[in-house]
Amino acid sequence: MLFYIFSGVMLLFAGLVVVNRNPVSSALSLVVSFLGLAALFVTLNAYFIGVIQVLVYTGAVMVLFLFIIMLLDIKAERRRDINYLALGGGAVVLLALVVQLATAVGSLGAGPEKLSPLPDDPAAHQDVRQVGLAIFTDYNFHLQLLGVLLLIATVGVVVLSRRQADDVAGGR
Amino acid sequence: MELTDLIISAAKIGGLIFAVILPMVAYSVWAERRVSAIIQDRVGPNRVGVPFTKIGLAGLGQPIADGIKFLLKEDFTPGHVNKFYYWLAPALTMVPALLTCAVLPFGSELFGEKMVIADLSVGPLFIFAIASLSVYGIVLAGWASNSKYPFLGGVRSSSQMISYEIALGLSLVPVLLIFGELNLGAIVREQSENGWLLLPLWGEGAIWNGGVDRLLLLFPALIAFVVFTTSIFAETNRLPFDLPECETELVAGYHTEYSSMKFALFFLGEYAAMIIGSGLIVTLFFGGWSLPFGWDAMLMGDATEVPWWLGLIHIGTFFAKVTGFILFFIWVRWTLPRFRYDQLMKLGWIVFFELALLNVFITAGILILTRSN
Repeated sequence: MLFYIFSGVMLLFAGLVVVNRNPVSSALSLVVSFLGLAALFVTLNAYFIGVIQVLVYTGAVMVLFLFIIMLLDIKAERRRDINYLALGGGAVVLLALVVQLATAVGSLGAGPEKLSPLPDDPAAHQDVRQVGLAIFTDYNFHLQLLGVLLLIATVGVVVLSRRQADDVAGGR
Repeated sequence: MELTDLIISAAKIGGLIFAVILPMVAYSVWAERRVSAIIQDRVGPNRVGVPFTKIGLAGLGQPIADGIKFLLKEDFTPGHVNKFYYWLAPALTMVPALLTCAVLPFGSELFGEKMVIADLSVGPLFIFAIASLSVYGIVLAGWASNSKYPFLGGVRSSSQMISYEIALGLSLVPVLLIFGELNLGAIVREQSENGWLLLPLWGEGAIWNGGVDRLLLLFPALIAFVVFTTSIFAETNRLPFDLPECETELVAGYHTEYSSMKFALFFLGEYAAMIIGSGLIVTLFFGGWSLPFGWDAMLMGDATEVPWWLGLIHIGTFFAKVTGFILFFIWVRWTLPRFRYDQLMKLGWIVFFELALLNVFITAGILILTRSN
């Protein structure tokens, strides 16, 4: 029941992201869609992933998106005509993806047995502990690799923005 | 879920939000005005009492009069605004502030029922997640008003909140490391038995009972407390960090174009966020609902369940501590001058971010040294 409500909300607002002509409305529809996804995680008792979904995507990434969009000229976007070629191309890609998904999922077949339901006591699932253990023992190398990658990205950003600031100062 | 569970949850939600938090919001506005008056050697609102009588009650009727005034004033919508988002924005500031109180444990147990609305295993993260949504209300208010000052206020507010969210989150990591627990109820129980985080004077936390680690950890805990509390000030847009609505530069910031009850929602949302922030500080650093010096265990005696009178004392203790912190917030507001915007950003990114990060390593080091067995 809850699954259908939240996935309905998610799909509806995901559609609105594409359909809306106002970029701010699109961004906010994406926010609601993300919230629906987080709610789906919570109904699966995956509180940690649900909360991180809200914290990272809706709380940080989309705020920055909205921030940039608000500084743009919104009327320019509204005046623009619909590009039918792009619309057609998008439809073809969508169709290909749906066909691919359908064949892939169809070939799987139903699982041999039903999974047992999770224990009802919320204190029993320590999903934070499990995620932490998995990341810091089994996937420790991957984690460090990602850390280095992020460090490179951070240093790159600092270097790039520093150079621009120097140009401005030199041009004066 | 049983029907009785539903009724109990509804009673807890209704009792906490409508009977406690909302009146507290209204009366913290009154307290703000009275305390500011005392600090500035004025009288403040001390007249409104029972209508048509001489009973003054030191002005305790003022919030009700204010509320009636807000409801009766003309609700003016300027013609140049984006109507939908203009209406949505005040609600988006108030709702997250009230949602976050779902995971705060505001008492131990009453008649065998845990005094927390949702006993989640990810308490602090949930609060951060929901609190990070409140920036939408302010940004949208600034943008939908479609005029310069509100927009500048919205932009300032969102960059400020994003910056301080990082310090806020990082400053909590040491605390969670010390407790090894993300459930706020369990954190408070631990503090009730073994000493508050900033006052480890009983149970296993006391130095004479072998709590050397807690004494060493007092230092990082103090850093975390200072960074966390200051970031809460910035997150709730309170002075000395109220740049988004600083009247000398921006008229009133993001709510310049709002009137009557819609303005009141912004105003009250800020106070609600302040109360929840105080509740979180109390829960994490000052033992939540627990009494100091191990009196909980003493009063419990041999009873296996918390007796009802102790449950009531615990609820009272929690709200007494929260009230203390609200008064602290008010005191700071009327004592410190406003920061400049670049100073605010520098403080957030250069001082607090690094300090919080360093604090994580200090705490982890102390924990390795003292609990390595």
